[in-house]
Amino acid sequence: MIPGPFTYHRPTSVADAIKLLGELGDEARPLAGGHSLIPMMKLRLATPDHLVDLHGIGELRGMRRDGDTVVIGAMTTQYDLLASDTIAAALPILHETALLIADPQVRYCGTLGGNVANGDPGNDMPALMMTLGAVYRLRGPGGEREVAAADFYQGAYFTALEPGEILTAVAVPAQPAGHGYAYEKLKRKIGDYATAAAAVVLTMRGGTVATCSIGLTNLSETPLLAEEAAGAVIGTSLDDAALKKAAEAARAIMQPAGDGRGPVEYRKHVGGIMVERALRRAAAKAA
Amino acid sequence: MAPQAKKTQVSMKVNGVDVDGLVEPRTLLVHFIRENLQLTGTHIGCETTHCGACTVDIDGMSVKSCTMFAVQADGSEILTVEGMANADGTLSALQEGFRQMHGLQCGFCTPGMIVRAHRLLRENPTPTEEEIRFGISGNLCRCTGYQNIVRAIQYAAAKINGTEFKEAAE
Amino acid sequence: MNDMSLTREQREARLEGMGCKRKRVEDIRFTQGKGSYVDDVKLPGMLHGDFVRSPHAHARVKAINTDKALQVPGVLAVITAETLKTVNLAWMPTLAGDVQMVLADGKVLFQNQEVAFVVATDRYAADDGVNAVEVEYEALPVLVDPFHAMDADAPVLREDIRDKKDGAHGPRKHYNHIFEWTVGDRELTDAAFRKADVTIKEMISYHRTHPSPLETCQCVCSFDKIKGELTIYGTFQAPHVIRTVVSLIAKLPEQKIHVIAPDIGGGFGNKVGAYPGYICAAVASIVTGKPVKWVEDRIENLTATSFARDYHMTTEIAATKEGKVTGLRVHVLADHGAFDACADPSKWPAGFFNIVTGSYDFPAAHLAVDGVYTNKAPGGVAYRCSFRVTEAAYCIERAMDILAQKLGMDPAELRLRNFIQPHQFPYQSALGWEYDSGDYATAMRKAMETVQYAELRKEQAAKREAFRRGETREIMGVGVSFFTEIVGAGPSKNCDILGIAMFDSCEIRLHPTGAGIARMGTKSQGQGHETTWAQIIATEIGIPADNIMVEEGNTDTAPYGLGTYGSRSTPVAGAAIAMAARKIKAKAQMIAAYKLEVHEDDLEWDVDGFRVKGLPEKFLGMKDICWIAYNSPPPGLEPGLEAVSYYDPPNMTYPFGAYICVMDIDVDTGVYKVRRFYALDDCGTRINPMIIEGQVHGGLTEAFAIAMGQEIRYDDGGNVTTGSFMDFFLPTAVEAPHWETDYTVTPSPHHPIGAKGVGESPNVGGVPAFSNAVNDAFSFLGSTHIQMPHDFWRNWKAAKELGAV
Repeated sequence: MIPGPFTYHRPTSVADAIKLLGELGDEARPLAGGHSLIPMMKLRLATPDHLVDLHGIGELRGMRRDGDTVVIGAMTTQYDLLASDTIAAALPILHETALLIADPQVRYCGTLGGNVANGDPGNDMPALMMTLGAVYRLRGPGGEREVAAADFYQGAYFTALEPGEILTAVAVPAQPAGHGYAYEKLKRKIGDYATAAAAVVLTMRGGTVATCSIGLTNLSETPLLAEEAAGAVIGTSLDDAALKKAAEAARAIMQPAGDGRGPVEYRKHVGGIMVERALRRAAAKAA
Repeated sequence: MAPQAKKTQVSMKVNGVDVDGLVEPRTLLVHFIRENLQLTGTHIGCETTHCGACTVDIDGMSVKSCTMFAVQADGSEILTVEGMANADGTLSALQEGFRQMHGLQCGFCTPGMIVRAHRLLRENPTPTEEEIRFGISGNLCRCTGYQNIVRAIQYAAAKINGTEFKEAAE
Repeated sequence: MNDMSLTREQREARLEGMGCKRKRVEDIRFTQGKGSYVDDVKLPGMLHGDFVRSPHAHARVKAINTDKALQVPGVLAVITAETLKTVNLAWMPTLAGDVQMVLADGKVLFQNQEVAFVVATDRYAADDGVNAVEVEYEALPVLVDPFHAMDADAPVLREDIRDKKDGAHGPRKHYNHIFEWTVGDRELTDAAFRKADVTIKEMISYHRTHPSPLETCQCVCSFDKIKGELTIYGTFQAPHVIRTVVSLIAKLPEQKIHVIAPDIGGGFGNKVGAYPGYICAAVASIVTGKPVKWVEDRIENLTATSFARDYHMTTEIAATKEGKVTGLRVHVLADHGAFDACADPSKWPAGFFNIVTGSYDFPAAHLAVDGVYTNKAPGGVAYRCSFRVTEAAYCIERAMDILAQKLGMDPAELRLRNFIQPHQFPYQSALGWEYDSGDYATAMRKAMETVQYAELRKEQAAKREAFRRGETREIMGVGVSFFTEIVGAGPSKNCDILGIAMFDSCEIRLHPTGAGIARMGTKSQGQGHETTWAQIIATEIGIPADNIMVEEGNTDTAPYGLGTYGSRSTPVAGAAIAMAARKIKAKAQMIAAYKLEVHEDDLEWDVDGFRVKGLPEKFLGMKDICWIAYNSPPPGLEPGLEAVSYYDPPNMTYPFGAYICVMDIDVDTGVYKVRRFYALDDCGTRINPMIIEGQVHGGLTEAFAIAMGQEIRYDDGGNVTTGSFMDFFLPTAVEAPHWETDYTVTPSPHHPIGAKGVGESPNVGGVPAFSNAVNDAFSFLGSTHIQMPHDFWRNWKAAKELGAV
């Protein structure tokens, strides 16, 4: 398991990185944490002629609160997220989710940007970003633009990212005090992708659900926003009937593949269970 | 196929010693450490970022060196199992813990396990059993079933903290 | 060593002999990264070899074009079957009496089969070369399901033996049939079934899995053209056997082959066999005149070298209505893959599967095993078990539970009613074994008392009621397993590998200062032989274990032995160590008698020396005896103090144990939680309790993995779908349960120190305990048997099929 040869580039600014990617064209790939790309290269399923390492670009790493938004640099690692007070206060669900990604070593290297930009349906952060209403900041030869996470994913490994563009940051709306949240992930073992996972963010008012958003991981070619399922619980007290309705609505949009994690029927079933459990746990956390 | 890429000079500090070498960009860090530096304590077990036998400490992070290119580690400070013993050459608390608690058998996962546990105890000097198990979950062991590795790390934590180590009751 | 100021206990403690939790000698180097494994070997001018492998499970190889590969910088040669034919090595013999392609000869028979071997200056160039070799295939129909192997229209897999009527183990029924092996009295068994009040029948599968040690299989071969000598560093559990096999197939004089097995990163049966990589590296070294390293990657390891299990066991038990078993009938369909490369003693095509009567007094039994070819990797190794013993233990332990269920009897109670009784030992089993010793009921009752078995059953009954009332979605299972192993192969009367009798050996040389070196024919892969072997010697001859250096793995220096697998090291080499030590002790006694001026019979052994009976102050210690032996031996006695022993065991040993697993399963997701696991092992005399406990922890963790999800799975096209650690289940510290260990001691009567071996018991006994727990959890919903592995989705599927979801 040896990667094919390539030329290594380590730009120190986003502008330089974009210039390089533009010049090198299709044969170049940006390198973030590398924990998706390097294994693919070792199997020679990816054979880029050029790697543009983004680690030398300081402006891509770190988090800051900007009014009602938390802006997270693309090269911020899962480990950074876990260590951040900003995240703990404004987006605790990121903390919970990061802990369910891969293993400790991978979390030191794996980046938020890599996780969301790769388009791997098994990655956990994309569905979460859709649930939170996050916006991706992309920069390319044509300048900067923003794409909502909900509009970013087009198919397995296909995203709105144009050739030569890189994702520079993710802007996530800070969640209101007292919101409830949960990321329920069923996996076979540490290090595995989800058999099924559901992200829930909600607010409660007077014992009923006031707002709710639900995302689904690894239950289709892309992460999913389960809008009908979320709608089914708004105004309810999350009684059994509402939970069942939400689970069924979520199942209706799932199109998982059968694999070693289980056949399609199972993955859809537990997908619904994850929705129910995430809703219940989120509601219990909400003030 | 790309033209044969030019070799690159890399330099880093490994176990406190400045080293450098000429590598292909695709040279994996684990191969640089094992073959260029001849520090063969860092092992290769799965090559797919699962087993953790290749774990080294880079700038305060536990990293699987089979999934990083040597060029990426240029300029960094690295600690491998060969750098784990006390300055006077005696076994460190962790190394001693692994021996006292029978935390190893074939020894193949041990270097990665010790390097990982080293960082874990730096970040959390008094971990619970659950925190230890979660903290070493990026390292596979085929021999011990982990129970004695957990004890070994508890032993080391106690020794480092100067507290009494109580063997968990069976 | 004759410090009389020490008490007897202090002198014993100083020896760190048998029974002591001695800390391991090996750990000093392993904890510092100073172990020396095969991939650490670096020889001047060393080249690297890597395989081109088949993407197809069954295909004709139309052409292999190596031109582009040979142009890759650093690539020196590409070896194919055509190259190997020039040295008559395109095929190699297997341990099971079959032959196996070293490199694809005309066709490929399993995915990732070795097709060509690229030799280059380093592993990067070799990999580049592999990717540049062009192979043209013509796909053929693929045979995956062993139950269709002998269909009239099944694809012909082995064209080389298509018309051969007889295999290594008798007549073949079909071109994809390998052997039929039968044991026992068919008529007597049939009669027992005719008379039975109750019978059960179930097809119990033990799925294909893989030993997967953390270090893969690897070697460095270095041929010295001038001397005509071949040195092989390799991950070998049995280095001497490798030397002999290489000598036989490469036609090299055996004294010119040096096999060195350095530190080994786990074996679990994976490193017993001979693989194409070894042959290709050796040939490449002979061709190039340079050392050649071959290191398997993990995908290659999981998909091409030595799987384990893949037994499909149709099992019937006959019993009285009171629950006394009267007959056992088992038919096994054994999927051996594309070549029969099982690592069993040569006369045993299904290993010791005829231990399948287990711990129970079956008056009649009959067993038939049919081996078949499929388009899967060859192998069939004893993955942390004696040959096919874990399959047998799983078969009988699962079947006993099914019988208990049919009788409406508690499974522990059914076992207690049928155990072989202590007075029946040595016990002749209906399938031909002589069990050496056992006290099964005592072990079972101790286990039941410790876990408060009756309370668990009450809790389970209450939980089942709560489940029926809809108050919980969790079900609870209590898995009972009582296993008897057969280990320590073995007596030369019935055990050999390619004609080599399965003795083992020890050579001890004591030095004048009261120290020594001991060498054995075994090879530790993590078992801690350097520590425990010295403990046996310490107890036997009173030299502190710290003063004995143990060395294994170098065929030039170690006495010939058959290696380490099948829990044979302690039963066979452990006995050889004791016998060699006793030879030394006998000579020491002569020296002591001379020096103390008494007759030998007037001496008695006292911890670390000889004492004159009745005269406690007249004592000569072993340390002094060592000096005297070299420098002033009694007249007529030759100087020196050393001995060699080759031990041919009179019988196998039969370790046993009682395991109980408590598990909860969430029916909505199939997620299980092992609440408690208690393991009582009886391995006879205990040499190092710390190491025994470690072995049990490790074996149980493997058993947990196998029962709960670890498998080598093929899709209908013969593609492996579990080829990396993402999909091949190895638990991390988070999934691995907590283990409780316990023991009883029933020494083996025929073993010099009474030890039976333990390393494999937990795998053998653990798998049925987990599987029985899952099956027990679901049984109240109406199921009798759910196949392994019991991963989440299969548990959910079972719940669904039983109407619980």
